Amino acid sequence: MEETIQPKFSEPVFNRSHGRLLMPENRYWPTRMWKNPWSLPTYRRGAAVLAGLLSGAAGAAWLLGEIGPRVAPLYSMAEQYALSYGIPLFLVQTAWTVIKAAVLLAVPLVNALFAVWWERKISAHMQSRMGPMYVGRWHGALQTIADGIKLFLKEDLVPESADKIVHLLAPVAVIIPAILVFAPIPFGRELVYADLDIGTVYVFAVGGVSVMGIIMAGWASGNKFSLLGGLRSAAQLVSYELPRTFSVIPVIMLAGTLNLSAIAGLQAGYWGGVLPRWFIFYPVVGQVAFVVFLIASVAETNRIPFDIPEAESELVAGFNTEYSGMKFALFFLSEFAYVLLSCLLMAAFFFGGGEPPLPFLGFLPSWAWFLGKTLVLMFCFLWFRWTFPRFRVDRLMDFNWKFLLPVSLLNIAAAGVLIWFLDCWAAGLLGG
Amino acid sequence: MLLAYASILIFLIIATLFAGGTLLAAFLVRPRVKDTLKRTAYECGMEAVGLTTVQTNIRFYTYALLFVIFDVEALYLFPWAVVVRSMGAVALVEMAIFLGVLTAGLAYAWKMGALQWE
Repeated sequence: MEETIQPKFSEPVFNRSHGRLLMPENRYWPTRMWKNPWSLPTYRRGAAVLAGLLSGAAGAAWLLGEIGPRVAPLYSMAEQYALSYGIPLFLVQTAWTVIKAAVLLAVPLVNALFAVWWERKISAHMQSRMGPMYVGRWHGALQTIADGIKLFLKEDLVPESADKIVHLLAPVAVIIPAILVFAPIPFGRELVYADLDIGTVYVFAVGGVSVMGIIMAGWASGNKFSLLGGLRSAAQLVSYELPRTFSVIPVIMLAGTLNLSAIAGLQAGYWGGVLPRWFIFYPVVGQVAFVVFLIASVAETNRIPFDIPEAESELVAGFNTEYSGMKFALFFLSEFAYVLLSCLLMAAFFFGGGEPPLPFLGFLPSWAWFLGKTLVLMFCFLWFRWTFPRFRVDRLMDFNWKFLLPVSLLNIAAAGVLIWFLDCWAAGLLGG
Repeated sequence: MLLAYASILIFLIIATLFAGGTLLAAFLVRPRVKDTLKRTAYECGMEAVGLTTVQTNIRFYTYALLFVIFDVEALYLFPWAVVVRSMGAVALVEMAIFLGVLTAGLAYAWKMGALQWE
């Protein structure tokens, strides 16, 4: 008897009415499966896993409660303990600050580990791929750590034509401001490293220093692509810095303070018991400011559709063409640190920081809300990358100088009118 | 308040140590294989032609100048924005004049073609 060989995979069949090759099981596309994805068991299982993860995280946050008030007794305990041994107070304070700084340093690092993996998963799923699946067993969760080790062990190539010292200093000049900007960010109630009164100015000022590092990288690489990328990057970053700064001015006018945790705290409460008093809900001014800030932030982080500085189809990799190994990893780290920073700032300025969106949701701690809002905004950043085509370099500049900048200036004027109106209204109500 | 800035100084030191430490650790563990071809600048596999200090578009410089003007303006806007609610309509009018002058400057630069990328 002759053995028949069964084909291992089913052959695709040409579907004439839809003009495409389809697998036999999908031959009658669009099938029930495509019309209603919930009929797929994998879809239902995925949704159940996601719901379980989210509710588990929410439950853990609820059990943990506010972090700030829990840490303060720890410090006073340590202080008393140290004082009983005759250790001077300033040493205890310094040690405590160093511990806090080490914890804060972990924020951009953990963020990069997570965000790179998340971006790869999102990009994969938006293109019907799986993305990293093997390292770390569960959906390639440890892929970024493996990539980090790879970058760490890579040979460092410096071109002959490069300026060696500046080439080495450039990633350092980019990464140090990218870490330092996190100092005045309020991650929750009483959860801020340095509660600066000029937090907003500090963030914009320190963040602007990174442009120097990018120019250094472009100039010192001894490569024409790098030079062009560095110059384009500098022009783009300084240009978009302006509407980004101006779009925050209305928020500061309404809040009357530059302290980030105070700005977030002022947005507590609800209009009519339903609509939160977030700055994005102030008519016209809030929405325009948010949209301008969002667009300028995407441009500031050099991400698509504003990735002119490292447009890989035009400039190889832009300013980091000649970087490899750990130096490249530092550039990468700073890019994702700035993505996180933009999302944190947007959550603090426009979405009420750690305030819950509805009054009855106040049982979750403020840091959980802040983190949740930040992650939603970050998803938008990663989403844009697979949605919009890249700008041409002259259109990019035109868009900034001829549209965003005038709009943000007009928005300041509109905020002045709104404040005048609000104050008159309040006075009228007070006067009866 | 001074304590907040002292903690930022400590954070600066820690960030510098982190950046230097990772680069130093990578320097200690990474391989070094001598190869002259590796040390050429990457220009898509072709041999690099000419110097890298090429002439670049003057527009970059114009944008940098415009940026300096408006960034200084932003620095004046921040303290004004903090107190504008308590100062009332006078502050609004004063800032409108200040912004008006600078916006006229932007309009002039626009009209003279400084914002035109050629």
